[in-house]
Amino acid sequence: MSHKVIIPIGPYHPLQEEPEFFQLYDEGEKVVDIDIIIGYNHRGIEKLSESKHFDQVAFLVERICGICSSSHPYAYVLAVEDILGGEAAVVPERAVYIRTVVDELQRIHSHLLWLGLAGHFIGYNTVWMWAWKYREPVLDLFEMVTGNRNNYAMLKIGGVRRDIKDEDIPVIKKTLDELVPAVRMFEGAVMDDPVIRARLEGVGILTREQAIDYSVVGPTARASGLDMDVRRDDPYGAYARLDWNIIVEKTGDIFAKTVIRIREMQESIRIIRQCLDKLPPGAIDADVKDIPPGEGIGRVEAPRGECFHYIKSDGTNRPVRHKIRAPSYMNVASNKVAVIGGTLSDATITLAAVDPCYCCTERVAVMRRDTGKKVMNGWDLIKLSQEKTARLKGGGA
Amino acid sequence: MDIRDQIKEKLGKKIMQWHEHSSRRVYLSVSRQDIFGVAECLFKQVALRFATASAVQIPSGFEIVYHFSHDAGGTIYSVRVLLEGTEPPAVDSITPVCSAAEWIEREIWEMLGINFINHPNLKRLLLAEDWPDGNYPLRKKQD
Repeated sequence: MSHKVIIPIGPYHPLQEEPEFFQLYDEGEKVVDIDIIIGYNHRGIEKLSESKHFDQVAFLVERICGICSSSHPYAYVLAVEDILGGEAAVVPERAVYIRTVVDELQRIHSHLLWLGLAGHFIGYNTVWMWAWKYREPVLDLFEMVTGNRNNYAMLKIGGVRRDIKDEDIPVIKKTLDELVPAVRMFEGAVMDDPVIRARLEGVGILTREQAIDYSVVGPTARASGLDMDVRRDDPYGAYARLDWNIIVEKTGDIFAKTVIRIREMQESIRIIRQCLDKLPPGAIDADVKDIPPGEGIGRVEAPRGECFHYIKSDGTNRPVRHKIRAPSYMNVASNKVAVIGGTLSDATITLAAVDPCYCCTERVAVMRRDTGKKVMNGWDLIKLSQEKTARLKGGGA
Repeated sequence: MDIRDQIKEKLGKKIMQWHEHSSRRVYLSVSRQDIFGVAECLFKQVALRFATASAVQIPSGFEIVYHFSHDAGGTIYSVRVLLEGTEPPAVDSITPVCSAAEWIEREIWEMLGINFINHPNLKRLLLAEDWPDGNYPLRKKQD
C-alpha cells in the first residue's frame, strides 16, 4: 500500500522565524523522498529590525526563539560590536563572563529539553520525565540570575543588563554540582542500553560529505566528524580563556548526536564553574552612543550550532539591513538526505535529531496517496516509533 | 600556504577589492559574471563552509554578500557582488556547487526579486502561496 505522509511541524518554531512542514513519501516502510516546506510562521523580523533603533533590536531578536533566546541577541550585539571594533574592545570584562555564563546555562537547558523529547519519541518516557526534571533547576537559575525563565533580556550593546550577585554564585554552583551526577547517569543510560543503541545507531546517518555539502552546523556537524565550534574557532565571550573540550563523533547517526549533546552538558558545567571562579569585578556595561556606518558580523555557538547575524549600518540609529541565519536553517535542509532510505518508524526521531521544533511534532499526519484520506496522525506515528522500541525490548534486550 | 594567500592566488584578478575589517572579517568584491567560479573555488577547492548570503537594495541597484567561513581560522570571507542596471536583477545561482545555498537563494529571490540563473528549484521558501507576485517585501520604498 502506498502512503503519502505529511508531517506538518508547526505552527510555532522554538528557534527559527518559521516552522517546517515535511512531506514524506514512502514505499511501504521505507521513506523514498521528502519535501521540506517552511514559511508558515514567517514574522518578517529582518524587515521589522530595519524599523527599530539599535537598542530595540536586541529585544526583537530575543523573540525569534524561546529556547535559545540569548543566542540571537548575543549574535546581534556581537555584530554591532564588530562595527565598533569587537567585543573585547567595547565590553567590560565582567560582562563578558556573565554573557558566557548565560550562554552555557542555556545550552544545558536546551540539550536537556532535546534529550527528554528524543526519549519520548522512541518510547522512553522515563528519560523524558527525568531530563525535564533536571532541566527545571536550570530554569530556576535563570529566573534568579536574569529574572526570567526564558527570554532573559540580558544582552545589550556594550554589556549586559543585570549583574550576577555575589550571594547567587554559591546557589548556581550547588545546582551545577547536583546536575553533574544526573548528566553522568544519562550518559550511562544511553551508552549501556542495548535498545536505545538499536534505535539510534546507524539511523538517520548524515555522512561527512553530505554535512559539508549542506554546510550543517553545531552538534549535527560535529556528529558527522566535522571539528568545528564557533566558541573555539572565532572566540567570543570568555571561551578563549577557559579550559573545555569540543566533542566530535564520526558516525553521523542519531546516537552520535545524542552522545555529543550529553557530553556537551558536562563541558558547559565546567565552563560555568570556571567563569564563576574567575568573575572579575567592575562595570557590567559600557556606554555606547552612536553606531558608525559599516558592516558587522556576529556569530555564536547556539545549542543547535552557529547562529549568524549580519548588520549593515549607514550611520543612522537603525540598521539598513539585518540578516539573521539561525542554525536550523542549515540543519533542517539536511533532513533531505538523512531521512531518505530510513523507515517510517525512524522518521520521527530522525527529523528530530537535528533538534528543530519538538513542541509541535505531534501534529503529524499520514495520508493515503490515492484518496487523500488521513490514516494516521502524529500520535499514531510516535506510537509506531514507541512500539518498535517495545518490540526490541521484548526481543530479549 | 596561508589561507589568505591561497585565496588571493586562486582568484587572482577576479578580486576587484580586498578589505580586511579585522583579523577575522575579510570582505572581497567580485564581478557578477565571476560569482559562480569564485563560489566553486572557495567552496570546493579552498574548502570553506557556506554560512549564508545577505542581499540588500542600495541606491544603484542590489548588493549580495556571500559569507563563507574558514572554521579552522575562525575567519569569515564575505564576497560582495553588485547588481546594477538590470531589471529584473539576475545572477548565476551557486546552488549547483553547494546545496547549502538552495534555501537562501530562494529567500533572496522572493524577498528582493533577484533572479538566480540555473537554480534547480527556484520557488517560494517563506512567503505564503497567495502573496502577490512582484511584491518584494525587503525592497526599499521608492519615493
